[in-house]
Amino acid sequence: MKKTLMATLVGAAMMTGSGTMFAQGAGKGADKGKAAGGISGGVVKIGVITDMSGLYADLGGEGSVTAARMAAEEFGNRVAGVAIEVVGADHQNKPDVGANKIREWYDTQNVDMVSDALNSAVGIALAKISAEKNKLAMISGAATSRLTNEDCNANTIHYGYDTYALANISGNAIVKAGGKSWFFLTSDYALGHSLENDTGGWVKRAGGEVKGAVRHPLNASDFSSFLLQAQASKAQVVGLANAGGDTINSVKAAVEFGLTKNQTLAGLLVFITDIHSLGLQNTQGMYLTDGWYWDLNEDTRKFGKRFFERMKKMPSMIHAGTYSATLQYLKAVQATNSDDPKVIRAYLSKTKMNDMFHKNAWLREDGRVIRDMYLMQVKKPSESKYPWDYYHVRATVPGEQAFQPLAQSKCSLIKK
Amino acid sequence: MEIFGVPHQALLGQLLLGLVNGSFYAMLSLGLAVIFGLLNIINFAHGAMYMMGAYAAWMLLEYFQIGYWWSLLLAPLSVGAFGILIERVLMKWIYRLDHLYGLLLTFGLSLILEGIYRDQFGVSGQPYQVPELLRGATDLGFMRLPNYRAWVVLVSLIVCLGTWYVIERTRLGANLRAGTENPQLVQAFGVNVPLMVTLTFAFGVGLAGLAGVLAAPLYQINPLMGSNLIITVFAVVVIGGMGSILGSIVTGIGLGLIEGLTKVFWSEASSTVVFVIMAIVLLVRPAGLFGREK
Repeated sequence: MKKTLMATLVGAAMMTGSGTMFAQGAGKGADKGKAAGGISGGVVKIGVITDMSGLYADLGGEGSVTAARMAAEEFGNRVAGVAIEVVGADHQNKPDVGANKIREWYDTQNVDMVSDALNSAVGIALAKISAEKNKLAMISGAATSRLTNEDCNANTIHYGYDTYALANISGNAIVKAGGKSWFFLTSDYALGHSLENDTGGWVKRAGGEVKGAVRHPLNASDFSSFLLQAQASKAQVVGLANAGGDTINSVKAAVEFGLTKNQTLAGLLVFITDIHSLGLQNTQGMYLTDGWYWDLNEDTRKFGKRFFERMKKMPSMIHAGTYSATLQYLKAVQATNSDDPKVIRAYLSKTKMNDMFHKNAWLREDGRVIRDMYLMQVKKPSESKYPWDYYHVRATVPGEQAFQPLAQSKCSLIKK
Repeated sequence: MEIFGVPHQALLGQLLLGLVNGSFYAMLSLGLAVIFGLLNIINFAHGAMYMMGAYAAWMLLEYFQIGYWWSLLLAPLSVGAFGILIERVLMKWIYRLDHLYGLLLTFGLSLILEGIYRDQFGVSGQPYQVPELLRGATDLGFMRLPNYRAWVVLVSLIVCLGTWYVIERTRLGANLRAGTENPQLVQAFGVNVPLMVTLTFAFGVGLAGLAGVLAAPLYQINPLMGSNLIITVFAVVVIGGMGSILGSIVTGIGLGLIEGLTKVFWSEASSTVVFVIMAIVLLVRPAGLFGREK
């Protein structure tokens, strides 16, 4: 009796790891057949694949679906004579779950474009499937620079930011400020490794030294041992090559163990939701790179306010990026009267993108959207005047300097 | 001095941190062991109760300006009260059924609770400051130990040993154990067994609530904090022997230490090592290290 009980329990324990909680937007069966113009399936359908329930759910999640819907609403939910539909799904941070959903969308639900893909492993899966099924991926969530290098393809546009730009801007600024020796606290999956490699490369190129790294499992709740190793390394800068809840708990533990007294923290992928959650007391003075901030100008503030009314929080760069990707996609559909990925991509490569997310952004042949990025410094509690007033913009880095030069790209689309 | 290429000072530090984590495992697995040992319910909602404890502390501070020390008492009580509610409304119907029903019920319950908290508070979580009295750190020579972590180990040891003493060594504990073996007979002696069962369940989940309050200043309070921990804690209970009070305490602390060492030598495997040990223990001693075959 007890033996079978134990076996059940062990099985059940494993099961919780894959606890299925599905959040999905209403996906009405689209009517098949060609409508007027070149719109397949008689509907323009946009899928937002994101983390609805895990550690990244505040960065993307329901907020990304809302952002995409806001873009569709600007078109009155109709484009090129057909309806626009936005659906959302939870990838649970599992590439296989995400891949299954994306395949289902492409194969049976008439989805034309998928955005967000927050989580680099899912982002890579999305890129591959989009090429295989000849659909379009406009990735505003995933950060890995592999999307425009080894894993680039003609059906993938890497929209908002990437690990190269984050590493380049944070790394450069900190090495220049005297932080020559680095130690990395790395989340043990695609994103963490990508951040570590890219930032490490910049540190070395700028004349700094990488003393080592410790890899922690995704969702590690306790970071004290890892931080102790970072402390023992005596490196001047501890680079946090992780994201979401992992970054939050590492910053908290770093403050607790007094690491910040002798060493500087560099958040390599820190979002405004993290700063909000940690509070300015814990994060003040920290440098970070962001692709967008709600308080940049009148347009961004307007979008921030609209988003806040719906979600009760200010948008992150990923929310804004998903909005913008959807908006630019719809503009392209309208202009070309087609939802063919090749046609859309050709149109976007010829057109400057302008909206509240970026000005004069352009699409490069490796799929990278070249746009301005920002170096931010977190305000002191005394400097913050109103809710969500968190950043000083310390530098605006033009896209050409922020992103990987085309000459270095390993992308097979580039003719050399 | 170096051990396998790691300075012994660093190793000592890691062991100490392992002890802190082990204290959490011990306290959580103790609650599970009490509930299973005495009620035969596999409480999968234990992680959610831990999360509720942490949130209770946060809400007390946020909405009522009640600080840490009172939360230490009030949060476990409120989680315990919630435990009474679910025991009376849900659990009592399934005592006679197979264990699987209890497991599914509590698993579902924990998904619902996490969903509600996630909907209300988001997933980035809420911060909670370390209480004034326990701020700062003590320099131990080989590491700087934050005072609060030392406090966690202390509280956990007191609570664990106290619970063990009450259940194994006092008349109340004897009644409890007798009540689970033969409820009819114990009831015939004038003991109110259903009440005792309810209170035991409340105590078990109250322990999870207390662990939640202790964890609040250390980790970000977030709806998933329980589910990140609960699988490891179940492994602890299985290794220690289901329902064994002493087993859960010793294994909890022991596995915390082993996990700490793994973080030094092969950090990537630190989330897996507990399950490797579980598999080995199940092969060699299917009833767990401290369990008895029935």
